[in-house]
Amino acid sequence: MLEIKNLTKSFGGVTAVQDVSFKISEGTIHSVIGPNGAGKTTLFNLITGVYTPTSGEILFKSENVAGMPPEQLARRRMSRTFQNLQVCMNMSAIDNVMVGAHLRLDQSVFAAMFRWPALRRADKACREEAAQLMDFVGVGKYANAHASQMPYGALKRLEIARAMAAKPQILLLDEPAAGLNHTETAEIEALIRKVADSGVTVVLVEHDMKLVMNLSHHILVLDYGKKLAEGSAAEVRANPDVIAAYLGASA
Amino acid sequence: MNYLKSHPGLVILAAVLLVLPFTLPNAYAYDVAIRVAINASVVIGLNLLVGYTGQISLGHAGFFGVGAYASAILTSRWGWPPVAALAAAAAGTALLAWLVARPILKLKGHYLAMATLGLGIIISIVIVNETDWTGGPDGMAAGALSAFGAEVSGDRAWYWLTAGVLLVVTWLALNLIDSPAGRALQAIHGSEVASRVVGVDTTAFKVRVFVLSAALASVMGSLYAHYVGFLTPGVAGFFHSIELVTMVVVGGMASVYGCIFGAAILTMLPQLLSTLEGWETVAFGVILMATMIFLPRGLVPTLRARFGKGAP
Repeated sequence: MLEIKNLTKSFGGVTAVQDVSFKISEGTIHSVIGPNGAGKTTLFNLITGVYTPTSGEILFKSENVAGMPPEQLARRRMSRTFQNLQVCMNMSAIDNVMVGAHLRLDQSVFAAMFRWPALRRADKACREEAAQLMDFVGVGKYANAHASQMPYGALKRLEIARAMAAKPQILLLDEPAAGLNHTETAEIEALIRKVADSGVTVVLVEHDMKLVMNLSHHILVLDYGKKLAEGSAAEVRANPDVIAAYLGASA
Repeated sequence: MNYLKSHPGLVILAAVLLVLPFTLPNAYAYDVAIRVAINASVVIGLNLLVGYTGQISLGHAGFFGVGAYASAILTSRWGWPPVAALAAAAAGTALLAWLVARPILKLKGHYLAMATLGLGIIISIVIVNETDWTGGPDGMAAGALSAFGAEVSGDRAWYWLTAGVLLVVTWLALNLIDSPAGRALQAIHGSEVASRVVGVDTTAFKVRVFVLSAALASVMGSLYAHYVGFLTPGVAGFFHSIELVTMVVVGGMASVYGCIFGAAILTMLPQLLSTLEGWETVAFGVILMATMIFLPRGLVPTLRARFGKGAP
């Protein structure tokens, strides 16, 4: 589904991601881990079009999408969430989710101004769907709330609901458990599993090792922008290079 | 019927606009009401750009001026019918806005403010200097508004026309906000990167709302020209642009009804304060500063949060 070939990104003299290659097959949960500053978020920003790669290829459904802007990738059914929340605090919670369905709705300004009936009907159906999605991610009780009234943990879920409203084939989650306590992390783990079970390929950047080990079919370990190791949870855990990177060389 | 239930504000606005003429004591009060309605309609368009999409424009009076002068020139010098002139002016303004929108709206924050400010000043300079066309600083006359043989004349007729336009503009703006396109605009304000990730073509939507608000300003400028009958370059000037943005801010960013309050307060205040003889600008400034300190989100959103449903 997604194939990364020799991907490199340099910012001036710093190479944040260097010659990274890996494959993600459809229907799996794939995690990217590594110490702080290893280039995980940069890798995410490259895949989702927020950054343009310096060199290398990103094949999404066999098409090279390297350097393609996010709005074009959305049309190819790729969606993501953000490490630092990007919920629109000027909007209601349900409107945030409905924005996710943007590409499936009539975007005409004129039809909107004159309340074109087909547009209104589709919009009403979308609102019901968005309410269901809010239930699905577990923030149903905020259906009538404004985004600015919601607690942090709920906003993280709201972002997942917005991403799901786009009906993505691949969903990239950037640190979904960051800032959450144990109970909330367990809940988000169950939610990610539910998302994956609904047929969405999930790519995860996460620091919480328990969550990563529990969920991932496949793990990619980055260190200093380079691929350090790759494999199943058990393989990665046993890899001496990974242990060295996380605990220091002498460990 | 359901629509009216879910939009009580629109019903109240219609009722107020209907009853208002019976309470207006004289021609002067009518004049103020008409000016409020014209300003409010411009400000609603501007608020779609500033309050909802989060893109500043300090040059909107320029578009208002283009509409006003184009209508005046086309009708009085070329003998065009006023309605055709109004439509042509709006189309021309939309084209102008569309041409400058792409380079301008790539800018953000202070840079966008500077660019739109520059655009407004250029339009204003052209109006001052092209004396053969515009009369320059001396101004120029604009004819009466007529359509299909009927002429809009007298305070009452102008009141009903501008009040009707305000009601329609309010309706259109409310509809737009509550739609996929309107949510896309608000999402650009909330998080540009998040809106791109869900597929919003942010540049295209910024251009659309910029062109829409410019064209609306132009239409209101045309009506204004016919109403006052005489134009001076000040209508397109920097201070008028600032006045329009102030109406958005005082009334409330991202609030359609706030625009009407903002326009009403800023249009009426200088008149009410004129009894202070020389101190009116000081009082005006103090009132504006107090509004910003005590009602930072603007009049309507702040009051709604305090007394309404809790949601801002």
